[in-house]
Amino acid sequence: MNVIFDIAVIGGGIMGCGAALRLSEGGMNTVVLEQGDIGQGASGVNAGTLSMQIKRVKLMPYAIKGHEMWEKMGDQVGFHRTGGYTLAFNDKEADLLHERMSMKKEAGANIEFVSPDKIISSEPHLSKKIVAASYCPDDGYANSSLTGQYYRNRLRELDVSYIEKFGVTDILEHEEGWKICSGARTVVAKRILLAAGGWCKKLAAMIGADLPIRARINTVTVTERAPQLLSSILGHATGLLTMKQKENGTILIGGGWQGKGTPEQGRGQIDIKNLIPNLQLAKFVIPALANIRVIRSWTGFEANVPDFYPLAGKLANRDNAFILGCVRGGYTIGPYISKLMGDFILGRETEMPLFDPSRDIIEGRLI
Amino acid sequence: MVSSLIGCNMYDVVVIGAGPAGANAAIDAHDHGLRVLLIDEGRDAGGQVWRPKSGSILKASVTSIERKGNQLREHLQKSEVKRKFETRVWHIEKSDNGGWIVGLSGPDDEKQVTSRTVIIATGAQERIIPVNGWTLPGVLGLAGSTALMKENLLPPHGRSIVAGTGPLVFYVASEIQRLGGNVTAISTLNSKLDWCKALPSMILKPRLLFQGLCWVLSLYLKRIPIFWRTGIITIEGENAVEGVTITKVDKDWAPKKDHQRYIPCESVCYGQGLLPEISASRLTGADHYYDEKLGGWVPTIDDLGRTSEKGIYACGDNAGILGVTVAPISGKRAAQAVIEDLKGENPGAGQSNLKMMQKFGRAMTVLNIPRSGLIKFIDDETEICRCEGITKRDIDHEIAHGAQSHNAVKSGTRCGMGPCGGRFCMDTVAMLTAHHTSKTREEIGLPTARPPLRPVILDTLSGDLDYDDLPIPGVSPL
Ligand SMILES: Cc1cc2nc3c(=O)[nH]c(=O)nc-3n(C[C@H](O)[C@H](O)[C@H](O)COP(=O)(O)OP(=O)(O)OC[C@H]3O[C@@H](n4cnc5c(N)ncnc54)[C@H](O)[C@@H]3O)c2cc1C
Repeated sequence: MNVIFDIAVIGGGIMGCGAALRLSEGGMNTVVLEQGDIGQGASGVNAGTLSMQIKRVKLMPYAIKGHEMWEKMGDQVGFHRTGGYTLAFNDKEADLLHERMSMKKEAGANIEFVSPDKIISSEPHLSKKIVAASYCPDDGYANSSLTGQYYRNRLRELDVSYIEKFGVTDILEHEEGWKICSGARTVVAKRILLAAGGWCKKLAAMIGADLPIRARINTVTVTERAPQLLSSILGHATGLLTMKQKENGTILIGGGWQGKGTPEQGRGQIDIKNLIPNLQLAKFVIPALANIRVIRSWTGFEANVPDFYPLAGKLANRDNAFILGCVRGGYTIGPYISKLMGDFILGRETEMPLFDPSRDIIEGRLI
Repeated sequence: MVSSLIGCNMYDVVVIGAGPAGANAAIDAHDHGLRVLLIDEGRDAGGQVWRPKSGSILKASVTSIERKGNQLREHLQKSEVKRKFETRVWHIEKSDNGGWIVGLSGPDDEKQVTSRTVIIATGAQERIIPVNGWTLPGVLGLAGSTALMKENLLPPHGRSIVAGTGPLVFYVASEIQRLGGNVTAISTLNSKLDWCKALPSMILKPRLLFQGLCWVLSLYLKRIPIFWRTGIITIEGENAVEGVTITKVDKDWAPKKDHQRYIPCESVCYGQGLLPEISASRLTGADHYYDEKLGGWVPTIDDLGRTSEKGIYACGDNAGILGVTVAPISGKRAAQAVIEDLKGENPGAGQSNLKMMQKFGRAMTVLNIPRSGLIKFIDDETEICRCEGITKRDIDHEIAHGAQSHNAVKSGTRCGMGPCGGRFCMDTVAMLTAHHTSKTREEIGLPTARPPLRPVILDTLSGDLDYDDLPIPGVSPL
């Protein structure tokens, strides 16, 4: 290929595709380089929860904007606004719930506290052992399996180039900017944006940047089609459980239980000693799950840095290299923050501030 | 190294699948002093080919195939190999101490076992190319129909059409006749020439060749028409099978639409050979490759059946469709590998005439290799994924809009996301993707392997939670 792209986006997840769309709209000749298929990383295997209650306080305004964008995508991504409860089953969890949800409410989320009785009247299948709960009517979910299809269609409509099965193995400086290699294949671009999710650390290292990126490996499970057991999405005060029943009756169970493996080793595997308590907890919350069949459990990688804030800005203080990743709750926030990132690269003023990767990243508060 | 040194609830070998391959592997490993656990979801050993008869008809007369199955079961009984039947393996995971954790769902309380090694002998599954009407009651897979006949000694009901590829067509038809059923016609995509080409390899196993000739002869004697180079294009009927339309095919097995014929019938036994059942070996992370002569995707193994994952071995049809003559030997060889690797002994399992048998098995499998014209049998409205109701049109649309791999088609359409886990539609999706994108099977790949291997009731996996024991790993940051 003799084309010199204005920018090569490495990683075809929500972050990369979202930014590529914005960059292309802004007039840049853009290419997305993806090691597998578009939208098959974290963006395609996550639990799809669009919940204000599990968003970080400081990221709330971004989540609200992201949520609005998902709602607009609507049926194409299987969007549903169902309302969501976060549940506490003992006093300690109840305290935690009150402290956290009050702060999130203050940050703009539409959250209220509800009595256990009220929940049971609208969700009769839940355990009667609930001690306290919060509710957000805006919460809902989308179908992450459709991420790839959705973004692939958008890229094709806008005529944005994308190359699948292009695993970047090296990034070299080039008179025009960068030469990006996948084995013997190469692409030349004036700028690069790293949006490679759990794999960002390795890619940043290719241009000499050492970022404190770590990857978590989260587990999700889906059941067979079950009779109606749940109409809202559920969370747990500790964050150890998320649940939703999709339109087709299948129930998704998540909660960030850890699997095994690293992004470098491939897709990762579930870890039976974490899967079992994850399912036990789900059954504790909805006892009728006991007789439902489990169809599939899987894992996906989610990157973070020690302060748990995004990396979104210039990479290694260069003017022609950028990074976007490590966004907690990145499925919800992704469409919005990637648009901001596009604006930033286009030299426009961003509607909300980004998160400079060269800040002092200190260990964040993990209770 | 002596196995008794290992913790007492740790096995040396867990063998998954008690067909001819797995059962022989288990017996040999046990005979060499290893702690063996043999697991199968069936009621007893024997697998698909030597399937035990159901209890009510045990007294019925015994065929040579049954005799072999009974011998194996007796042998197992004597050897005192520990067995768990009606038990499903739903998960295999590398444990931290270098062994393997095997997750079970079965009648007893043991939900997990650990083992130093695992021999995977899960056998084969049917390949059925979907055509219009294939989901009607009265349609059976070829292999499925043999299972029913072996277990209950009952032929399919009414007039039967037996159709598809390879030797199974003739075996099924002759069994139906033997059990008092009524075969109206046989339709096979193969030509007589295909069989002639297989002859040199078949002569290597004269007894099997003779057996095959007997099947065909018995059909000729009963004047059952055999339509060579034809395939079923539609299975007709309102609520159940009422008939089939068969059509002539060209050398690529594409239907010639002007050479069709309607045949009334009440049952259809239909299939295009066997695929290796690799879901278990894939879950271990072992490498696999595509070889159509072995039936499709198979684990990469050495001579004795060692996969690329330390401690994981594969034998029998799941390591390549080579049939029942090869299976027991490949089981013994896998046991030999385990014995070598765990005890450092060389038990020297017989080479016997393995090469010859492999050649025979391969010649049979080659008769089943789907040719490019076969997908023209699949109508736009034909359901490819029965669990989710996904048609060929849906899949074609997804591919036309840029889906280039198995995972991509699956995510976009839900094809393969139902309870069967894509077991039945996987191969057809790959055929369609290959057709539209001219990518190779390797490039298209397979959907990611994930547990459970079969759907399992949540309760049988998880037991109850003591809420206060809930390991709280730390709360997400504010
Ligand atoms: C299991 C799980 C559940 C989650 N649940 C939720 C939830 O319910 N709600 C929510 O808001 N968020 C959730 N998240 C978080 C959310 O999914 C992620 O924050 C978000 O999808 C990240 O998007 P991304 O584009 O940065 O990463 P990804 O989607 O992972 O995209 C990165 C892409 O880069 C590609 N890539 C990597 N290396 C290379 C290379 N060398 N060359 C070329 N391409 C490369 C990868 O193949 C991948 O496609 C969850 C995450 C996981 C893993």
